[in-house]
Amino acid sequence: MGGVLIIVVLLVVGGFFLVGMYNALIRLRNQVKNAWSQIDVQLKRRHDLIPNLVETAKGYMSHERETFEKITQARSQAMQAGNVKDVSKAEGNLSAAMSKFNLVVENYPDLKANQNFLSLQEELTSTENKISFSRQAYNDSVLFYNNKIQIFPSNLIAGMFSFKAEDFFEIEREEEREAPKVEF
Amino acid sequence: MWELIRANKRKSIYLFILMFFVLAVLGFVIGGAVEPIEGPLIGLFISLAVFAVMAFTSYFAGDKVILTFAGARKVSHDMHPQLFNVVEEMKISANLPKMPEVYIIPSTVPNAFATGKNPENSAIAVTAGLLSKLNRDELQGVVAHEMSHILNRDILFMTLSGVMLGSIIFLSEVFLRSLMYGGRYSGGRRSRSKGGGQAVFLLIALVFSILGPIIAQLLYFAISRKREYLADASAVRLTRYPEGLASALEKISLSTHAVHGNNKTSKVLAPMYIINPLLEKKMNFSGLSSTHPPTSSRINILRNMAGGAGLLNYQRAYQKFSGERSSIIPISELRKQEIVGIRKPTVVQKSQKTQKKSIREAGDIIRAMSNFLFIVCVCGMKMKIPPDFKKKSIKCPRCLRDNTVPVAELAAVQAIGNEISSPIQNKKHKEVLNYRRKTKGWESFSCTCGNFVQLSPLFKGKHISCSKCSEKITIS
Repeated sequence: MGGVLIIVVLLVVGGFFLVGMYNALIRLRNQVKNAWSQIDVQLKRRHDLIPNLVETAKGYMSHERETFEKITQARSQAMQAGNVKDVSKAEGNLSAAMSKFNLVVENYPDLKANQNFLSLQEELTSTENKISFSRQAYNDSVLFYNNKIQIFPSNLIAGMFSFKAEDFFEIEREEEREAPKVEF
Repeated sequence: MWELIRANKRKSIYLFILMFFVLAVLGFVIGGAVEPIEGPLIGLFISLAVFAVMAFTSYFAGDKVILTFAGARKVSHDMHPQLFNVVEEMKISANLPKMPEVYIIPSTVPNAFATGKNPENSAIAVTAGLLSKLNRDELQGVVAHEMSHILNRDILFMTLSGVMLGSIIFLSEVFLRSLMYGGRYSGGRRSRSKGGGQAVFLLIALVFSILGPIIAQLLYFAISRKREYLADASAVRLTRYPEGLASALEKISLSTHAVHGNNKTSKVLAPMYIINPLLEKKMNFSGLSSTHPPTSSRINILRNMAGGAGLLNYQRAYQKFSGERSSIIPISELRKQEIVGIRKPTVVQKSQKTQKKSIREAGDIIRAMSNFLFIVCVCGMKMKIPPDFKKKSIKCPRCLRDNTVPVAELAAVQAIGNEISSPIQNKKHKEVLNYRRKTKGWESFSCTCGNFVQLSPLFKGKHISCSKCSEKITIS
């Protein structure tokens, strides 16, 4: 009789423990999702701002067709990207295209004096900053979640209910990997 | 960050208790001087009551009082998009639960401060001069510094200890004045009957009411100085760009110099600003009695943060520069060895703003806040139309062309301006728009003000407020 009671108590305690672990995992996963949605909002805004900026600039710099095409291409790729890994890569390309565009703009003083262009550029700069600041929060929450999934004993629960590790969001810029070129 | 806030709180509470003690003793002794037997307790009671009333008012309305006192006006995104964006960025970086309210002070002297009860109810105020003098990265540094005050829970504490200081000054002032003017009849009769005790009390009270305010002020300044370093350290961590704050401090301190005794700021308000607005003529006056650490050493620490923007880097630079071994950042926070890289500066326009241009820009911001309307003539001349302008047309002073004044727009600008600008006012949300959701994915529609509002698939609420006009829109 006593033995049965002990087993029942152990089972109940163990059950609570498992439920708690499961709930903790769910909570962390939701945190990751929430952090991602913060980034997603900003990415969407960026994709909306870029065509406006390009339209404004086109009137001033008709000779820079190549630059515009690159931006349009990178933007549509970024909008189609599905998972975090693809998004990171596509956004990295878009950032690279935009920074080239910003360099070209320096040659057009009329464009730089256009009030509309300036306010669009300010919005875009701000959106990019917001992306990079919310990226930190997202990556922190991913790190926490991934650790929980891989560490014993919660990895058992994670395996049972197929919790998958999430990807980090890292914008890689080509020009940052390459050594800076100096032209004379 | 929590450890940081806790340690901050603990230290602050010690100093706060000390100040409280000064206040209590002051009340006790003054009471004794007036009436030796029951007086001390009554005096104690009165002093605490004075503080309680003032603390109560400052807790519930302190931020509004301070903002009104500084002449700050609440602004919308349209008034200065860059300022608004920068505050939003820092809000994200600091993980603040709610966007602080943004105020502009119509003054050409560059400065800024933060106020409020807690991170949920906070406000950041900057002067028009600051906006016109600083570039984007510098503005970000200043806003981050103020955001750190909010984040480190400095704002309420500074307000409360400011009130405490006020109470102490108030009590001793009342006592000293009553001695000066009313001494003749309050002393006379009693001192003959109960002599000794009261004379002793009177002497102690006199000493205390002269020393009390000084001690309290020193405590207050000690609190605020440490907080400035800490706020600098956290600001750099938020922006990941020490040079921004450093050059902002440099610019601010260079131009504060010229203006002594701005009558809009008082001694009690001074520690709240990013740089002491009541700058003493002697620059080396960095002793016990200054509210802020010397700006030059703040700048030097920021510029010596080698290799990173973390709290640890700041601590090392602080020790290296000041030669002190004391730590300004709690050790438990340093032990985390958090690595924060320094980011690249934002692309800055190469043209340096001249003194004249930035003063003109500050003037424009102040005019825009006072509901001026700007019209640009064909010749490029910018005309500033005051809100009470009555005529229908205006002659351009440069090319003498006639320009029509958009009277309706002028009236509209004024109406909107009046609604948003006053800090003491309840926000009234009129529900003007009702948007029906069509799908579960991304959706967007335009608000009545013309702003593009976006709904994320994750948005589940019943209402959303427009980011531009802050109008409440019902989602169904």
